Amino acid sequence: MEWEKQLHQLADRLNYIKDIFPGKHAEDISELENGLAAARERFPDCAAAEVQAGLAALEDLFFRTECRLEDKLTPMDKVRIVRHPQRVCLRDILENVYDNYTEIGGQGEHTNDPAMVIARAYITRKRNGDVYHQPVLVIGHEKGHGEEFRNGGSAKPWGNAKAKHYMGVAETEGIPIHAYVFTPGGYPLEDYPGAAQQIAKNIYEMAGLTVPLIAVFSEGGSGGAEAISLADRRLMLSHGYYSVISPEGAAAIEGRLRGGARASADLVERCARDLHLTAEDNLKFGYVDKIIQEPVLGARPYHYEFFRTVRQEVLRATDEVVLKARGLAPLRAAMLRRLRDRELNLDEFFVSWKLSRAARQRLVEMRQNKFIKASYGEVRNTRSVMGRLGDAWSEQWWEIYNRLIYDLYQRNRRTFGNVVEEVRSEWEMFKIRVLKPWNKLRGKTEEVAVTSEEELTTLSDWDENSRSGWNWVSKKAREDRAVSCPYSAQRGCMDMWAPDLYDEFAGVCSTCGHHFPMEYQWVMNNCFDEGSLYEFNTEVEAGNPLNFPDFDAKIADAKQKTGLKSGCITFEARIDGVQCVVAILVGSFRGGSVGVAEGSKFVAAADRARRKRYPFIVYCHGTAGIRIQEGTHGVIQMPRCTVAVRRYIEAGGLYLVLYDTKSYGGPVASFLGCAFYQFAIRSSDIGFAGPGVIKNTTGIDIAPDHHNCYKALSRGHIQGVWDRRDVRVNLRQALETMGGRNLYYR
Amino acid sequence: MRDIAEVLEALKAEPYTEKEVCAPHSGVITFTDIAEGAKVHGFTGMWKEIPGTHIATITREKNPRKVLANERGVMQKVYRELDGTFVESGTPLGVIRHYLTRQEVVSRLLKESLYAFCAPERAKYYFTPDIDTKVKMLGCRTVTIHDGMELFIVSRMKREVPLCYSGPTGIIYDVYFDQQKNVDAGAPLIVVCPPDQQSAVEDVVARVQSEWVEGE
Repeated sequence: MEWEKQLHQLADRLNYIKDIFPGKHAEDISELENGLAAARERFPDCAAAEVQAGLAALEDLFFRTECRLEDKLTPMDKVRIVRHPQRVCLRDILENVYDNYTEIGGQGEHTNDPAMVIARAYITRKRNGDVYHQPVLVIGHEKGHGEEFRNGGSAKPWGNAKAKHYMGVAETEGIPIHAYVFTPGGYPLEDYPGAAQQIAKNIYEMAGLTVPLIAVFSEGGSGGAEAISLADRRLMLSHGYYSVISPEGAAAIEGRLRGGARASADLVERCARDLHLTAEDNLKFGYVDKIIQEPVLGARPYHYEFFRTVRQEVLRATDEVVLKARGLAPLRAAMLRRLRDRELNLDEFFVSWKLSRAARQRLVEMRQNKFIKASYGEVRNTRSVMGRLGDAWSEQWWEIYNRLIYDLYQRNRRTFGNVVEEVRSEWEMFKIRVLKPWNKLRGKTEEVAVTSEEELTTLSDWDENSRSGWNWVSKKAREDRAVSCPYSAQRGCMDMWAPDLYDEFAGVCSTCGHHFPMEYQWVMNNCFDEGSLYEFNTEVEAGNPLNFPDFDAKIADAKQKTGLKSGCITFEARIDGVQCVVAILVGSFRGGSVGVAEGSKFVAAADRARRKRYPFIVYCHGTAGIRIQEGTHGVIQMPRCTVAVRRYIEAGGLYLVLYDTKSYGGPVASFLGCAFYQFAIRSSDIGFAGPGVIKNTTGIDIAPDHHNCYKALSRGHIQGVWDRRDVRVNLRQALETMGGRNLYYR
Repeated sequence: MRDIAEVLEALKAEPYTEKEVCAPHSGVITFTDIAEGAKVHGFTGMWKEIPGTHIATITREKNPRKVLANERGVMQKVYRELDGTFVESGTPLGVIRHYLTRQEVVSRLLKESLYAFCAPERAKYYFTPDIDTKVKMLGCRTVTIHDGMELFIVSRMKREVPLCYSGPTGIIYDVYFDQQKNVDAGAPLIVVCPPDQQSAVEDVVARVQSEWVEGE
């Protein structure tokens, strides 16, 4: 019977409400339950008209209650909405937003990663009776209404690799990409191609993708979300969330819970609020461009009007991006203005999505600028106005100076120099031939310098390292005690005396070569020329942009303990006279986590290296990932810094990353992991998520050496493993042999 | 080879092994609050990555180092009189009594009462075709073997050579190799049981499997 079906649907809605508000709003829920129970009891004996009226009243009651509850939604309720199996998923969007689609990255579970769906879709638009089919590549995470094989939309490394591959296809074919982010986070396994490594590659790829990219966020879980969302326009569903970490993960960290212990509901709720993860928050911060309004209590597959809204918004976003990239000629500006009219039906409005080569370049530039500027307002910089003006002037001066010196003078000097060299050689040959008879008469033989003869005929001397010790020695070397190698049981290492280990041995076990963790100052002071360090951007300070509770005290404590203002030190230094820009992520400052201050210093350092044509070396002393207390301000540093790196690399620099101790999370999955030259100091660990997180999220036990640098080397993430004592020599070698065309010393 | 009933009686009389926990090197010993009779465990986890129970700390040259249990069982003795004293390397600090599991009892019974014929080199091993057919059709315990009998084919990198059995005459009680996988040198290929002891061995193993009570 029809009324039974409708009651069944209302019961479904009631269950949905119960799921979204567990243990909350009991009065509202019981009112709905009573209404439903009464209807079930009454309707079998009622006439049809009475049933209709009763159903309408019940429907009205449900709607009113839902509207009331909508106003009371907390951030954690929104997280539950997003995770609910009834939530719209990518397949619903493909079915209802696009006119036709073909899955090309596999079908259902017959693909390498069912959590990542790729489809060629098209949208049909009409103008004056003409029909236009506009192709688009749809990439997104598929949660599949709870299908187990979809893994909750958590894409594996090979799923992200698939996404990157098809982004390349879209670029070749010149069609826009629509990316739908429905992921709680990336699947944290380091199997080839490696979670962190692949996300980093994806972000790097998108930073230079020459086709329009529109991202729509429903569930934006940190690194997993960033893997497909470095977009020209970022839209967000009103009930979605975009966060650096799940509220449960943040609660586990805040509550210092270990071994998979569960945080209390209150703490999780509080963390969800403090993370500022809702669409409104992210719009306010500027990390999404627009919010797409959903029906009350979130969109579900039967909300057909919602799909129409999504279609209109993705069309509007794509049109706007294309028009802006083409340049704002009067006609296009008028079209853009018309696009802002919300009443305009974009199905009856046509903008060609083809872009010229120049427009593609402009598109990339606009996208890069957008991300470089992200979170700029959140930086705490105590530098005076005059100081900043001076910096800006200095930057411009370096730009002009380098153009004059390297682009104009050096290039021409080289050409002129070559001509002079050839003429001189010819002249020498001519002299020898002319003077040969004369010299013969004088009996003068060609003299060979004794020194050069010696050089040619004797073996070269063993050039001992003139440095008998290290410039900087750890405080640990002052302790009069013995230290055991952690591998002594397996490898039979003998105990070492601390002054030997931390001074002469540079923290390296003399038996097995295990590298003990050392302070960041060791590399800073022993691997660069003495007295050549010049630190810049010292006034940028780590802060608490989200006003996360109790975090001000924690950050002040970190500053006091380390004597630093942020977890990133940027300086200029020389290695055997070669100037370079260096950034250090300090592991002892809040675990080396990256926030707005660290990201801003990193971007400024990359920019400085680009302007001065210096090599850019990043020494990652250790990083635990993105600073969760900064929420999306932190997570946006992933694309932001990657864009800065891409700009630097494309300008022809040398970007080299050196890992030490433990490096995990967002930085490795973005601006560190995208480097062409990555090396690790022996005994370091590199990965996406630590062993505890992997166990909690996947339930898989991982081997103790899962993150070891040699594993990273085997799967091609890094290019080599260095002994700490050879860092300086290896860096010098790298400066000579690696990098692009645009380094000042080449 | 010993008589299986005799081995079983010996195991019943002493259903455990005792292992001393010794000082790994010289130093001053500080015991934890572990008491005699406390349960301890050795290294566990899939990769033996979870350390054993912390029994004591030995400090040499201001370098404190944990002494951990290396076996599952109970602390039978803790030599607490050594607490705070300097000990030499190898000095016993306590005794862990490890009660044998069913699996361990069966393994020891078979090891001591049967003859194991081991792989001379790392390779894949096959029975010769006639033995192989018999093993597959009727089971390994129907095959009687004797010294000098051509029993195996050793296959390594496309080189196949026959291997003769050397040892006492008996039936093949159990087979420990898989034809598809390499067997390491020294790993047992088969265990051989004297024909007159077969029923006694089977009976004892079955009894152990069903009746053996595992200790703490």
